[in-house]
Amino acid sequence: MEHAEHKQQATLKSYAIGFALSIALTLAAYGLVTERVLVGGTLVAALLGLAVAQLVVQMWFFLHIGEETGGRLKLATFLVTLMLVLIVVAGSIWIMGHLNYQMMSSPGAMQKYIEGQQAF
Amino acid sequence: MNAEHAREVAAAEFWVYLMTDLIMFSVLFACYAVLHTATYGGPTAAELFSLPNALVETLILLVSSFTSGLAMLAVHANKKDRAMAWFGATFILGAAFLVLELKEFHELIVDGNGPQRSAFLSAFFSLVGTHGLHIFTGLLWMAVAMVQMKKKGLSTFIVSKLERLSLFWHFLDIVWIFLFTVVYLMSRIA
Repeated sequence: MEHAEHKQQATLKSYAIGFALSIALTLAAYGLVTERVLVGGTLVAALLGLAVAQLVVQMWFFLHIGEETGGRLKLATFLVTLMLVLIVVAGSIWIMGHLNYQMMSSPGAMQKYIEGQQAF
Repeated sequence: MNAEHAREVAAAEFWVYLMTDLIMFSVLFACYAVLHTATYGGPTAAELFSLPNALVETLILLVSSFTSGLAMLAVHANKKDRAMAWFGATFILGAAFLVLELKEFHELIVDGNGPQRSAFLSAFFSLVGTHGLHIFTGLLWMAVAMVQMKKKGLSTFIVSKLERLSLFWHFLDIVWIFLFTVVYLMSRIA
């Protein structure tokens, strides 16, 4: 009985820690944007870093990945999925960005190009 | 012991479903990332989105993720009334989130900035709308589970169902963190 009580305390504590960390990370990301602490690529990297940090916090403290039995299966399927997600997202951005570059058609550039053609 | 094993298997199988759902979300994220500048002369993300509104939505969902965790602690401690109260709180927070989201959609559509306005807005409504639909489904599921819990008590079957529900709810919160970051916060990047 005492053991069960102790276990429950620990889980409540883990939820509370995860919750506090998530709030802190969210407010930090919001502050970075509204206070204009960083700009451009640095800001993108910082925001993605904070989001990934929150992903790890919630996976650990809320979903208890790697703690319970069968946790290995969850972690393994998650890592495979993560790889697919990265291929889909990074691959799309890379290929479509490259295509736009080859077509020299950022919306503005295409507009200028069209306007420049007299007999269109 | 056998029932516990069955519960673990059910949770693991549900986890695999969540991973396939994650792949679907990643495709919608990829569309948004590729199309977010394709405004077709219409308003841009920076002009349309309110950061304070998105922050409030984020905090509401975060608190609801926490309360669903507290509800599961009550379920595992076999305290039905406390579990009902925390799931009730989670439900109200989830509904509040959905109301804020629908209000934002309504305002955009009324101003002529619906999904048909530009590729950017199509991608936005697909991505955020799909997440909203998941939240709505989660609320329906929660309502049904709460009625069953009230009627039948914390039987093994219902505990197993509640475990998967809380997994689903935490998952939706994690997806929203990336939505908040990519769609709302990054709209302010010059």
